[in-house]
Amino acid sequence: MKEEIRILEGREKQVYEKKSGNTEIDIACDTTSLSGSVSQRACVFCGSRVVLYPVADAIHIVHGPIGCAAYTWDIRGAVSSGPELHRLSFSSDLGEMDVIYGGEKKLYRSLIELIDQYKPNAAFVYSTCIIGLIGDDIDAVCRKVEKEKGIPVMPVHSEGFKGTKKDGYKAACTALMKLIGTGSTEGISKYSINILGEFNLAGEAWIIREYYEKMGIQVVATMTGDGRIDAIRRSHGASLNVVQCSGSMTSLAKEMEEKYGIPFIRVSYFGFEDMSKSLYDVAQYFGEKEEIMEKAKVIVREEIQRYYPEMQKFKKALTGKKAAIYVGGAFKTFSLIKALRTIGMSVVLAGSQTGNKDDYNRLKEMCDEGTVIVDDSNPVELSKFILEKEADLLIGGVKERPIAFKLGVGFCDHNHERKIPLAGFIGMYNFAKEVYESVMSPVWQFAPRKGGLQ
Amino acid sequence: MMTETTAKTATQNACRLCNPLGACLAFKGIEKCVPFLHGSQGCATYIRRYLISHYKEPIDIASSNFNEETAVFGGSHNLKLGLKNVTQQYKPDVIGIATTCLSETIGDDVQMILREYEAAFGSDGPMPEMIFASTPSYQGSHIDGFHAAVRSAVKTLAEGGAEKHLVNIFPGMISPADIRYLKEIFTDFGLPFVLLPDYSQTLDGGPWAEYHRIPKGGTPRNAISSTGSAAASIEFGSTLEASKSAAGYLEDQFGVPRLHMALPIGIRETDRFFEILEKLTEKPAPEKYLDERRRLVDAYADGHKYAFGKKAIVYGEEDLVISVASFLDEIGIVPVLCASGGKSGLMKNKLGELIPDMEEKGIKVRHGVDFVDIENETAVLQPDLLIGNSKGFTMSKNSRLPLVRIGFPIHDRFGGQRLHHLGYRGTQELFDRIVNTIIEQRQNASPIGYTYM
Repeated sequence: MKEEIRILEGREKQVYEKKSGNTEIDIACDTTSLSGSVSQRACVFCGSRVVLYPVADAIHIVHGPIGCAAYTWDIRGAVSSGPELHRLSFSSDLGEMDVIYGGEKKLYRSLIELIDQYKPNAAFVYSTCIIGLIGDDIDAVCRKVEKEKGIPVMPVHSEGFKGTKKDGYKAACTALMKLIGTGSTEGISKYSINILGEFNLAGEAWIIREYYEKMGIQVVATMTGDGRIDAIRRSHGASLNVVQCSGSMTSLAKEMEEKYGIPFIRVSYFGFEDMSKSLYDVAQYFGEKEEIMEKAKVIVREEIQRYYPEMQKFKKALTGKKAAIYVGGAFKTFSLIKALRTIGMSVVLAGSQTGNKDDYNRLKEMCDEGTVIVDDSNPVELSKFILEKEADLLIGGVKERPIAFKLGVGFCDHNHERKIPLAGFIGMYNFAKEVYESVMSPVWQFAPRKGGLQ
Repeated sequence: MMTETTAKTATQNACRLCNPLGACLAFKGIEKCVPFLHGSQGCATYIRRYLISHYKEPIDIASSNFNEETAVFGGSHNLKLGLKNVTQQYKPDVIGIATTCLSETIGDDVQMILREYEAAFGSDGPMPEMIFASTPSYQGSHIDGFHAAVRSAVKTLAEGGAEKHLVNIFPGMISPADIRYLKEIFTDFGLPFVLLPDYSQTLDGGPWAEYHRIPKGGTPRNAISSTGSAAASIEFGSTLEASKSAAGYLEDQFGVPRLHMALPIGIRETDRFFEILEKLTEKPAPEKYLDERRRLVDAYADGHKYAFGKKAIVYGEEDLVISVASFLDEIGIVPVLCASGGKSGLMKNKLGELIPDMEEKGIKVRHGVDFVDIENETAVLQPDLLIGNSKGFTMSKNSRLPLVRIGFPIHDRFGGQRLHHLGYRGTQELFDRIVNTIIEQRQNASPIGYTYM
């Protein structure tokens, strides 16, 4: 007998189904996860770690017991065009005695040894849960090492339990703010931007950077994809901040606006529609120089022409198929809904780990009738809706992948571990191709939901 | 020769994982059990992600989701609420609770909290069994958490009795394929057994028509109860001490003899395992296994020239390293370095029991090391190949050495959960893979392009 899956008490307000008459959306979000609910979220540390991870010429040392460093070793597909210090995993590896007597000395020695060995341009020191309890003064250790070694050493206050992943983003932005403004802004053009919230997964930042450069715009710093300390230090010289992944980097953009008067715009590089808009919006900002817009138009035209014919093949096959989306930030879901529509697919479930009220309201407006919207969901809920809504595809990360495959549903990894760029025009093509290859695979004929043996 | 450890302060590219991961893995091997971590949300999520990337299965691990208040006032409220929610959502028979560095450091008395919980909700109907393992992440490594969870399962559930008709098998942290093979062996011997933990199906199962909150499979609760009345326990793991093991507990508490041995890899150790089974059943090994052994001896002969004199670095969990080294020794490959991030301090002595002349053979043992230490050794020792989990890939790429992937985790290849390591069958598979790696290396290095190797 099929048993009914009920939403956990205390989570009802984080699930919403769009129906006619059901206009009120007051989805509860921005809360910590419910105890005992198997949240797909991580912790404060995770938030900081993902944001800063791609800075490639700094060492990243995790202050705490070994687990947090071990589980984040080489975890993202964020690539570098030069140094690759970010792909190493460093931990002060605190043992029982360190927990009792304090870990400051061990952290100090670790930093000195690692800086001597790897000669980084900076160091980030992440505090983990236990540091918040034993009271190590990591700020003092960082100051001391900074003074002795002559490179910036930034404490990142990312104790896992002190909030949600979003607080980790903030802690990372605080660390970045310490760097910004310390470099020379010489040689920075009036037509210049920083790319924020782009992590260069599978080289995506390079694709985006190339578009902007083709438009005649100088990219001062990418934060943090293929990140370099020197570029970050002088990023306050840029004229505009272009922010993707609103969850992680908006606070930094706001601080930079306040402190350096740099305005920001929010963009997304996923899907033809949003990708084009991100080029046009930047061109419009620099409207006084018309050729920037001209060039943007050329790029958009040429790129779409290049991929459009192939896309029609995918669209023909995928029209009428249904997708479920569960990703980290809500902003990404907006682009994905549009991108899926481009290839004929509708969205039956949309959710995120960390969306806020505005995000969910916007999501509601975008979605079709019957679409379920969830905040901070869990495997049981996701499966319930995937099956009820008969989704053909799930878009998510590593933790969601086996749910899809178990149930005989196609899957597209839109998270840190992707190896194929999904941003930019070429990224949209790759995305459509990946969706096509997963949804149309003949292997699903054996899945129980398609009548296969269980 | 001294057992060397590391001179560095920071750990770089760790060759071990944290304590709670092992406990979660072991709990996945109990039927209708949900692992539950008492700590921050991140611990559960990172560990899930790490396990999923290897097993390619949904792995739900609940968390008590500490926040600042919890850390100040204690985790009692969150733990109880979490247990209630897990009970409601998963309807488990068992909840396997493991601590983290956070809950251990604030000093939560989990056992007391569990008693309070049972007192408060026990009358509401049947409660899941609570199995609790203390697994502070600042002590030991994942393997300690694994054994702590198995011991605690037995401690919580085992009952004494007079039956003595079955045998317990505590194999340690092995692959789902290995577990299936062990079960096949016991079945073919006609020997009733309890294998704990059995994640052969929960972490390597079939497709689903609907979502299963808890995947099928695992050692049933009542089977664990009967371990106290077994005729004997077989327990693998050279460095696993009786005081930390499930079999050790059963021997102490119920007088069930503990038959302790290395992981049976290679002919010598597998023979030892089959001897134990023959003695317990008073029957000869089934012909099927003698055939497996014959094929293996034959394969050793066919492939010996490729193997002889080659040098390998073996790394990973101490017990796996010891047994693989012993196997390499019997095929003429010198394990020039046996390395582990584990710190039991027993590795060298235990390896010496299997290879008494290890020093003359130039076998070096290092414990408590990381991948940077091991990579530095590759430059000095100039091995022909590396044998260990897929986290050695970085080192293998840097040192341009072929890597034979075994154990856990295998994140960069397909089918890690289906690799065999144990017994004649597992040894055969390892031998084939090692010889093929050497042949492939030779073939690729030759400009001639030999099509017969």
